[in-house]
Amino acid sequence: MTETVSAPKMSAHDVKVFYGDKQAIKGVSIDIDMDNVVAFIGPSGCGKSTFLRTLNRMNDTIPTARVEGDITLDGENIYSSKMDVVQLRARVGMVFQKPNPFPKSIYDNVAYGPRIHGLAPNKAELDQIVENSLVRAGLWNEVKDRLSESGTALSGGQQQRLCIARAIAVDPEVILMDEPCSALDPIATAKIEELIHELRGRYAIVIVTHNMQQAARVSQKTAFFHLGTMVEYGDTSDIFTNPREERTRDYITGRYG
Amino acid sequence: MTSTAILFLIAGLGLITWVFARARAGRFIQSGAASVHSLPSYHGWYAAMWAVVPAILFLLVWSSVAPALGSFAVLESPLAADLPADPFARAAILSEARELSRNADLKVFNDAAVQLAPLYADADRRYMLIGALAAFLLCFAGGAYAFTRIRPDFRARTQVERTVMLALLLASLIAILATLGIVASLIFETIRFFQLVSPFEFLFGLNWNPSDKVVDGQATGFGAVPLFWGTVFIGAIIAMIVAIPLGLMSAVYLTQYASANVRKWMKPILEILAGVPTVVYGYFAALTVAPALRNFAVMIGISDASSESALAAGLVMGVMIIPFVSSMADDSIAAVPGSMRDGSLAMGATKSETIKQVLIPAALPGVVGGVLLAVSRAIGETMIVVMAAGLAANLTANPFASVTTVTTQIVQLLTGDTDFNSPMTLAAFALGLTLFIVTLLLNIVALQIVKRYREAYD
Repeated sequence: MTETVSAPKMSAHDVKVFYGDKQAIKGVSIDIDMDNVVAFIGPSGCGKSTFLRTLNRMNDTIPTARVEGDITLDGENIYSSKMDVVQLRARVGMVFQKPNPFPKSIYDNVAYGPRIHGLAPNKAELDQIVENSLVRAGLWNEVKDRLSESGTALSGGQQQRLCIARAIAVDPEVILMDEPCSALDPIATAKIEELIHELRGRYAIVIVTHNMQQAARVSQKTAFFHLGTMVEYGDTSDIFTNPREERTRDYITGRYG
Repeated sequence: MTSTAILFLIAGLGLITWVFARARAGRFIQSGAASVHSLPSYHGWYAAMWAVVPAILFLLVWSSVAPALGSFAVLESPLAADLPADPFARAAILSEARELSRNADLKVFNDAAVQLAPLYADADRRYMLIGALAAFLLCFAGGAYAFTRIRPDFRARTQVERTVMLALLLASLIAILATLGIVASLIFETIRFFQLVSPFEFLFGLNWNPSDKVVDGQATGFGAVPLFWGTVFIGAIIAMIVAIPLGLMSAVYLTQYASANVRKWMKPILEILAGVPTVVYGYFAALTVAPALRNFAVMIGISDASSESALAAGLVMGVMIIPFVSSMADDSIAAVPGSMRDGSLAMGATKSETIKQVLIPAALPGVVGGVLLAVSRAIGETMIVVMAAGLAANLTANPFASVTTVTTQIVQLLTGDTDFNSPMTLAAFALGLTLFIVTLLLNIVALQIVKRYREAYD
């Protein structure tokens, strides 16, 4: 495990999230860098998904949600009034728990982002972006002959890789994955995990997972969340073999959660 | 003895049967019989049903048979020998005599009826008595049969359950049978119409000017194309140009932009629009919108603008169906999974891009289904077009001209003194059947689309 020397890609400082009166996140600080896949683990309702959604301001879509604290992307506060949320989400992409392809063709699903952001000046370049994204998402060989078929007709695992291709297509800097494999069978899960390995280094990746083996397999750094706080954050190997905190140890050894 | 009294008596007998059967079943439990399948009240209901239902069914059948039997009896009497042989004239006298037997103060036109009236009174009284006795017999027989079946192991509960199912089935069949009956009566009259006017002329003729005049053995002026056009022009074109964009936009606003508070008071108001009686819309169209449009048309230089215009009727009809389109679109948009919206927003799409590119395409089948239902409603709508669209069967695309619709003409053909053998009256049935078939097809297609769409997201 190499120590990173670069400045963190994203950095959260004392982040608090409220849903109405209820506080869901109680002051979380974390640095996310380009070289390591970061896994968020913790029992259900611990706030890991909520915290993930603050990183690209998806919590803005919930009317009662309120975020305090600072989150920076390349040193720029993403909650400042100067930040264009639409641009932010293009730079910080997201893959959801349940595959959610649009009811459009496979091609149009991937071309959706480039089209709305005007990334491709002509059809040939758009074709290239679609192909590259599908190749990187490991889906190209399976779908290259049927790009005009509906994205919803694919299998669950293929749909999820299509969603990853869709996120990659706008060339984001960070990809957030919210339990991307929880709706998939083990074979499809293995493919997604392999894909995460391949994407590492090109994008900063944060993955929320319930599955501790998965966290151990795909991530280099792990953060353990419990009751709205981040209990422990460190190298994955340390967290799983030699956690500093009692609560982390209890969770990892399956004593609760 | 009146029929009301008979019904009350049967109901009373049913109650008595219920009480006795329940008591008898109750004794099994008290006597500690091995295992009693059903509660005493189920035995009670079972026996009461056997007492009441057959008797009532018999009375229903009897009430439609008895008058005919009465007429037979009267005709067989010597007094009826000198009735005219013509069946129409004879039927007229007979029905008068029957009325007279029930209401002695009635003014009569045929003196023969006066003689026959007492005969009718006798016959009716006799058959009423026979019917009542038979009904009571059935009531006793049914009750007794059920009473003998009461045993500890008798599954009265299951039987009652089955009867409930049958009653519910019957209730739902009645609606379907009524529809079939309506269609059958329409078809019958339509066939008579097509014996007078060729279907080809009716469906493709361009001249609508119905009259009783017959040329070359064919009634003329029954070309219904101007009516179909007027109906489509007002209901499916002008009204939809108003209702689709406004309905869709209000649905988008309500589902995507409005805060919970705004939605809470705006949605009911929209729904109130759907509850306004169409005749009120008719006033509004005829007294407010039509004159205003005519003035507007004259102002922009259309000199032949009519005070009754397709545009006035279509605009108001469009407003009328906005809530309809809006609520269907609202449902369809709300049925699109939230994850799809989140997916688009997470790609960096704005709210309106998400709505335009993801939500509306995903909701489109449902919206289309809703629009088709709205069209079928609009083309069957009557009051607004009767009041605002006019009666002139013009084949024109000028929205300021007066056009007429199928429903308007049906009203026109059937009001006033009508002779049920003239092609003019029968044409109304042919028009009604055509309208029925078109709206039926529209509804079937629309419901299919909506259904397939629902399956896609369930």
